[in-house]
Amino acid sequence: MAVKSAYIARKETKSQKAEREALRNSGFTSEEELRAYKDMLLIRRFEEKAGQLYGMGSIGGFCHLYIGQEAVVVGMQMAVKEGDQLITSYRDHGHMLACGMDAKGVMAELTGRRDGYSRGKGGSMHMFSREKQFFGGHGIVGAQVPLGAGLAFANKYRGNDHVSLTYFGDGAANQGQVYETFNIASVWGLPVIFIIENNRYAMGTAAPRSTAKPDYLGARGEAFGIPSEQVDGMDVRAVKEAGDRAVEHCRAGQGPYILEMMTYRYRGHSMSDPAKYRAKEEVQKMREEHDPIEQVKARILKANIASEDDLKKIDADIRVVVTQAADFAIASPEPDFSELYTDIYKTA
Amino acid sequence: MPSILMPALSPTMEEGKLSKWLKKIGDSIKSGDVLAEIETDKATMEVEAVDEGILTAIMVPEGTENVKVNTAIAVIGEADAAPAPKAAAVEAPTVAPVAAPAIVRAPAAADPEIPEGTEMVTMTVREAIRAGMSEEMRRDKDVFLMGEEVGEYQGAYKISQGMLEEFGPNRVIDTPITEHGFTGIATGAAFAGLRPIVEFMTFNFAMQAIDHIINSAAKTLYMSGGQMGCPIVFRGPNGAAARVGAQHSQDYAAWYSQIPGLKVVMPYSAADAKGLMKSAIRDPNPVIFLENEILYGKSFEVPKLDDWIVPIGKARVARVGTHVTIVSFGIGMTYSLAAADKLAAEGIEAEVIDLRTIRPMDLATVIESVKKTNRCVAVEEGYPQFSVTSEIAAQVMTYAFDYLDAPVARVAGKDVPMPYAANLEKLALPNADEVVAAVKGVLYV
Repeated sequence: MAVKSAYIARKETKSQKAEREALRNSGFTSEEELRAYKDMLLIRRFEEKAGQLYGMGSIGGFCHLYIGQEAVVVGMQMAVKEGDQLITSYRDHGHMLACGMDAKGVMAELTGRRDGYSRGKGGSMHMFSREKQFFGGHGIVGAQVPLGAGLAFANKYRGNDHVSLTYFGDGAANQGQVYETFNIASVWGLPVIFIIENNRYAMGTAAPRSTAKPDYLGARGEAFGIPSEQVDGMDVRAVKEAGDRAVEHCRAGQGPYILEMMTYRYRGHSMSDPAKYRAKEEVQKMREEHDPIEQVKARILKANIASEDDLKKIDADIRVVVTQAADFAIASPEPDFSELYTDIYKTA
Repeated sequence: MPSILMPALSPTMEEGKLSKWLKKIGDSIKSGDVLAEIETDKATMEVEAVDEGILTAIMVPEGTENVKVNTAIAVIGEADAAPAPKAAAVEAPTVAPVAAPAIVRAPAAADPEIPEGTEMVTMTVREAIRAGMSEEMRRDKDVFLMGEEVGEYQGAYKISQGMLEEFGPNRVIDTPITEHGFTGIATGAAFAGLRPIVEFMTFNFAMQAIDHIINSAAKTLYMSGGQMGCPIVFRGPNGAAARVGAQHSQDYAAWYSQIPGLKVVMPYSAADAKGLMKSAIRDPNPVIFLENEILYGKSFEVPKLDDWIVPIGKARVARVGTHVTIVSFGIGMTYSLAAADKLAAEGIEAEVIDLRTIRPMDLATVIESVKKTNRCVAVEEGYPQFSVTSEIAAQVMTYAFDYLDAPVARVAGKDVPMPYAANLEKLALPNADEVVAAVKGVLYV
């Protein structure tokens, strides 16, 4: 992302110093706190802007926002290395930004313009970046799970040590193909991390209404001999720490791993969701008590890693990035009519 | 005295090899005893005794090939009956001397793709598909085969026989019986740049995986603005076999051919099966490769060339004629060529076109022929509604309307789920006589 580091060394009290050192001992450096803050804030601001553009009619179709869930993908990206693959569902804008795809190209795809990542032919749910090893953006619930295991299969086939991060929601966790994939991934020892983003609602159906034993979805891996962890997906440090363990397990050739991230989406399933199925107070409580960005922000301030003003500056810089992306996405022309018939077949 | 008959080991088996006798004349036999081993091109099986008694005669010595199903191979007599004279039984086999397997020869128009003077070898379709895959796997280490029973079992239809031995378990990969999952995994591997060949035990089972074939494999290139790509082959037997009922007898040519982003091939001959298989594996797009169980054991001549390639998207004029154009593909060619022979006996010269590829369809070859013959009959085994032949009829009407002297006629499978009863199944499938009748219809004779 294009936001400059705002870390500034300054005098600190003894207690601030102790806090900062405790932080480092817990595995998160000041730099990591700031990186997490910036990466999550970029997603938050980007999604807010996308919601706004949707309301203005600039973005069509479906638009699934990631607001509230930012710590999951940002924490995981802090645990991987270049060349590891990432694949997810249609709630994918956050994943693209977190793996370094350009905000302008993502936003221009949302607006269906020729400078979008798919030249306007994919939309919100279908974007890819070979360069960043981002394999979509998949619109069919659960389909990305075997596809992600296929990316892991390719790693194993080629004998490299890369890991495939395969994200899916609590709704997809009830899909049959997920268990077909767990079975094969376990038998073949595929280096894939199954990341269940449990935001508690499969579209509008609360987990207990659709899901047997909803308290711990990761435990479903037990039947296949796949180790799992349930993680506080609102705490980026916990995500990264669990991600480190999972990545190490996969790289060491020990087969798949499941991370169930307990998270929450503040917005509806998609932009057209009136959210009648849950209380406003529930959302409010999550925002106030568990917001992933506020958590980092509080730690940064408490440990004096950066000042309130520094963070305001970061926010302002991010807003510039997002506004530029939106302007770009609206200014970019629609695809040429000739694009209708391109990219159907590849020539050798 | 009960005769032991040569058993059919599958609905499509017509003959097999009696590889080994495990009992000898004079042995007492209890039901359940293994009498002999029978080998077909698909599998080796044991023949168990049903009746009890003494093995009194062996009519077919071990090692005999091409023993027809239902030939008497041995006799079990009463326990107290005297054994038949051993020498007489063995020395007087009732089986005729082994004949060379019948070679199906498409009465051929010269094939421009085969250089003059090329040596031809006789090969079954099964061997041709295997040879095509193996040659490509030797050529490119990114090519691998996965599917149910492709490895240790040596292929449910023995297509991949011997491939595990040559390429090892990392490249010939047995999967669980979970099409949805393993098709998605193979598609993901293709996204990552490998070149999987996915064998479906039959295409009927691919319906469980059709979401990945269409939504993941076929559409991703487009949805990614050309960034991605999915070089993958989905292959396996398609269409009716014999007596396996509705859920195992469906032709999917029309289904897949409707989808932009897929290529669909359906070879008839061994030469096309091999050449198209090699093209399909090299193609950077998802290719549906529709085989046919009944054709697997048929022999054809295949050019002996180091790198025999049949391009995707090119039809072949299998027989030259002037009175009518018969267009078909896959096993439909069996009926079409047989019909052409019958018609020739009546002085009607049919031009028979084998489409070989359904999508993209080589319409130019069809239209060119229809402009010459002015009449067209399209033949397929699949369902008649929204079918490949209805597409051919529409295209010929659009592009050759002024040349037609009769409406395009179609011969297809009947509009019913495939019945099990032998007589009804026969009725449900097209046959050469229906093609002959359709041709006479468009000729008004």
